[in-house]
Amino acid sequence: MPTVSVNRDALFKALGKTYSDEEFDELCFQYGLEVDDIVDEPEKGITYKIEVGANRYDLLCIEGIARSLSVYLGKESQPNYRVLPPKEPENYKLIVKPSTSQVRPYVVGAVLRNIKFTQAVYDSFIDLQDKLHQNLARKRTLVAIGTHDLDTIIGPFIYDARPPQDISFVPLNQTQAYRADKLLEMYSCDSHLKEYVPIIKDKPVYPVITDQKGVVLSLPPIINGNHSKITLNTRNVFIECTATDRYKAQIVLDTLVCMFSGYCDQPYTAESVQVEYPDGEKVQYPKLQYRQQVASVSYCNILAGVSEKAEDIAKMLTSMSLSADPDGQDKVVVKVPPTRYDVLHECDIAEDFAVAYGFDRLAADMQMPPTNTIGQEFELNYLSDKLRLLMSQNNYTEVATFSLYSKMDMGERMRVNLDNESWVKVANPKTTECEAVRISLLPGLMKTLAANKHISLPLKLFEVADVVFRDSCPTTTRGTGARNERHLCAINYNVKAGIEIVQGLLDNIMIALKVPFTPDNSAQGYYLEGKDHPSYFPGFCGNVIVNDVAVGQIGLIHPEVITNFNLNNPAAAFEINIEKVLEITNFGH
Amino acid sequence: MRARCQSGGLGHNMGSSVMDLQQEILFSLEKDGVVISNEFGESIKESHQKIVGAIKSLESLGNVVNVKQNALKTWECTEEGTGVATEGSHEARLFNSLPPEGRSVADIKDNFPNSNFALGAAMKNKWLKKEGEKVVPAMTSIEDQVQKYLQAITAGAADSVPDNVKVEYKKRKLIREVEMTVFEVTKGNEFTTSIVKQEGELTKEMIESGQWKKTTFKPFNFKSKGRVDQRSGYLHPLMQLRSEFRQIFLEMGFSEMPTNNFVESAFWNFDALFQPQQHPARDAHDTFYVAEPGKTINVPEDYLQKVKKTHSVGGYGSIGYQYDWSRDEAHKNLLRTHTTAVSARMLYKLAQDGFQPVKFFSIDRVFRNETLDATHLAEFNQIEGVVADYNLSIKNLMGLIKGFFEKIGITKLRFKPAYNPYTEPSMEIFSYHEGLQKWVEVGNSGMFRPEMLRPMGIPENVTVAAWGLSLERPAMIMYGINNIRELVGPRVKMELILDNPVCTIDK
Repeated sequence: MPTVSVNRDALFKALGKTYSDEEFDELCFQYGLEVDDIVDEPEKGITYKIEVGANRYDLLCIEGIARSLSVYLGKESQPNYRVLPPKEPENYKLIVKPSTSQVRPYVVGAVLRNIKFTQAVYDSFIDLQDKLHQNLARKRTLVAIGTHDLDTIIGPFIYDARPPQDISFVPLNQTQAYRADKLLEMYSCDSHLKEYVPIIKDKPVYPVITDQKGVVLSLPPIINGNHSKITLNTRNVFIECTATDRYKAQIVLDTLVCMFSGYCDQPYTAESVQVEYPDGEKVQYPKLQYRQQVASVSYCNILAGVSEKAEDIAKMLTSMSLSADPDGQDKVVVKVPPTRYDVLHECDIAEDFAVAYGFDRLAADMQMPPTNTIGQEFELNYLSDKLRLLMSQNNYTEVATFSLYSKMDMGERMRVNLDNESWVKVANPKTTECEAVRISLLPGLMKTLAANKHISLPLKLFEVADVVFRDSCPTTTRGTGARNERHLCAINYNVKAGIEIVQGLLDNIMIALKVPFTPDNSAQGYYLEGKDHPSYFPGFCGNVIVNDVAVGQIGLIHPEVITNFNLNNPAAAFEINIEKVLEITNFGH
Repeated sequence: MRARCQSGGLGHNMGSSVMDLQQEILFSLEKDGVVISNEFGESIKESHQKIVGAIKSLESLGNVVNVKQNALKTWECTEEGTGVATEGSHEARLFNSLPPEGRSVADIKDNFPNSNFALGAAMKNKWLKKEGEKVVPAMTSIEDQVQKYLQAITAGAADSVPDNVKVEYKKRKLIREVEMTVFEVTKGNEFTTSIVKQEGELTKEMIESGQWKKTTFKPFNFKSKGRVDQRSGYLHPLMQLRSEFRQIFLEMGFSEMPTNNFVESAFWNFDALFQPQQHPARDAHDTFYVAEPGKTINVPEDYLQKVKKTHSVGGYGSIGYQYDWSRDEAHKNLLRTHTTAVSARMLYKLAQDGFQPVKFFSIDRVFRNETLDATHLAEFNQIEGVVADYNLSIKNLMGLIKGFFEKIGITKLRFKPAYNPYTEPSMEIFSYHEGLQKWVEVGNSGMFRPEMLRPMGIPENVTVAAWGLSLERPAMIMYGINNIRELVGPRVKMELILDNPVCTIDK
């Protein structure tokens, strides 16, 4: 969720009322905002850090928050955002060159005429661009904004993509010109800009916007030119947004225009810019469209669990910045403003109605749903819990370790060559501890032993949990190519730890599962069959066989594995696939 | 059967000398009516510690004697003081070592320990006098008062030594002040001088021979701790809390979802939930993608087409997100970021099988590519409840959540409008925390969006309410843990598990 820093006194001035911190917090709670933090700085005064829903781009600046809350409180009505014809239709154009399709194919633009910046407005303008870049624009990959002093440049503007060696300009806040490829090299070390460099770095051509005279306005999505830089004295602003996602560029532009056109001499208006694509398509921006969305009165009432009339619903929606009118008794027609791109469906309207009605009021009359159903446990969990209880009754203590391991813990330390295993590899772990999904519970128990050397021996531990394997079978993997397997692993760590102790435990489990011990290798029962495993001491390890199917290992832990985990006593363990055992014994049926 | 009448306690292993001492104390008590432990020890030349042991044993007999404890300030000799008490003061030792013709000062200084002090004190006492280079005895015999005083202190008769002398000796580090506990023993209601041997345990032989009827048993010490024969087995606190939550859901009539698939396709984890492909939660900074197997094998094709259409151009009354939906993106495998991926699968299956109202729950692991710290792990358990029925309202969702939280003792709830890409309306659940005196978030909830449900084939007038919370957070609060790594993972100390054998919820 984005957090917006808002100067408290400026906000209260815009709302026309002073609140105590508690009162304002309560107002936010009702509206669905949250005051995350209150910061008092000597020069800036008191700042509210307000957490905003990630879909509400119109609340990413003080202008938007103040306007929405004022409308909510009934202090002002929602402004009517309008597009005006351009003052210079021939110049307010963005001509798109075909090469841009190789890197960043879309562009939109708008002009804010006779705007008045103060330092606070200017800061907010920059801040909103930053917020939009971070959130909706996915760190400038989808959309990048450039804003310019229109009076320093001459249209029509050219949106081109050229080899980096062919672009040279003085970037923002620099004094000398740089070639684009050199510039990107420089910015790869810049703490603020380095994260955007990879977006275009290796492209054959870089996007560039120039004016009629070849002045570089911007090198999207990296940096603007210094020439057209906006200052506090700028009166006319040219906004361009380049994009890989056309619709999001439209949203970004509309949001910027709606939020800051309030400071124009003719408030809430913007002049249009025509974008001309190479295929002849001509599009006017900004859109500032009001979309009609019809909401059914009964739908809204059922969803909220109330029975309000169409007029009242319309009134409440209007207080949520969604101007609405009743259309008969059964319908409400909403004019969704260009600030509310989050409204996709009738359900969004119904939610705003419920918020306006008040969640506290709804909660005062909360009801259990009428849904009568009989509960049912997932069988594997039911049986796992039975086994967990049995294990603790046998004086083994349960641990809860992680599903993610390092390759070192799962492979090397266990003497297991992972090249021979069908393990699931994590693509982007932040730490080595999350490189692999476990194929065995044993390393977790070994690590637990290592962390508990201060506990008197014997240490008898167990875990019942899922491990994961790659598998090409569509059904058992639910279509993913990897499946969970429920394992039970137990270890006895002691000064002397013969296999027979854990074997006795295994015997108890098999008794519980009604599987008889059949040392003569019968097809109906269980037995052990000597077979080496890299994690166990050679000659002291065997497969656990149930009804002729191998379901796991039992044995003495290999001394190297013991020392690999910085331990020094012998240990014996077994690990079995209980899902398999339950399946082949048909236990519980 | 095995009766244990005595498990340790004082006096149990003491030998016959203790028995003799006890007898002596009783005789003395009969004669004098009172025995003071330290004085009695001095009188019979026995260590105070042993006397105390004998008194404790007598006390344990019941009402034979009454015992009162008094704190007593007294003096004892330091190591040096003890040396003086036994071998004489330094000056006396010097005097005694001198031959009648005396010794040269230089010789004394070189060879006599503490010579400076000894010389000074002996001269001051006029025991010695100087004759040229030599020191010679000035008297034929001397009285070593220092030794006498220190002997008195060793014998516990510090009172006979003048206070100013004690102060001086303390300065000289010959004696120090100590506090001791002195026991004052008087006759009890059942006073007797004849004590019988007490047996520590009821034995097989006693039972078989009937000897137990004539045996006096040492009383059981109810104040000592028991002895652990063998460490029991325990269930992990987090897993126990998990069982409690499962129980609550089952009591409420919910059925458990099969959540045993950690690897999930982006399709079921995100796309099916109408979470757009450019959503920040899908970023590699937040989600663990899987390198092998990197791609999912299959997704129901007709359903996939409906999801694609709903995302890219809309449908079912929605305008959609208006972007180019990518099959490759949806086919990426990941470690599920929420169990809602399983809820989506279950709802899809429900729609395919023919819809009927259901209540589902799950508690299982989910994965987030977090930067790990005291409250964040790369994996945690998500608790999720889902109810699908015709025409459910927000009030129903609120009622459901209230019913659930009441079962874990949380009654004061509030709901805040929130945003979640796959629910609309969405509500954050807050509960009033009495300790912090404020509302704190305890969970998240909402009604699944029609854009999620309708492509699955869920009927139009069906609403699906869901809520979720983490298992670890309430566990940390319950067990008073600030660092999550002290609760889960392979570095957890066993004490956590051993000290919390039973988990209950204050309902």
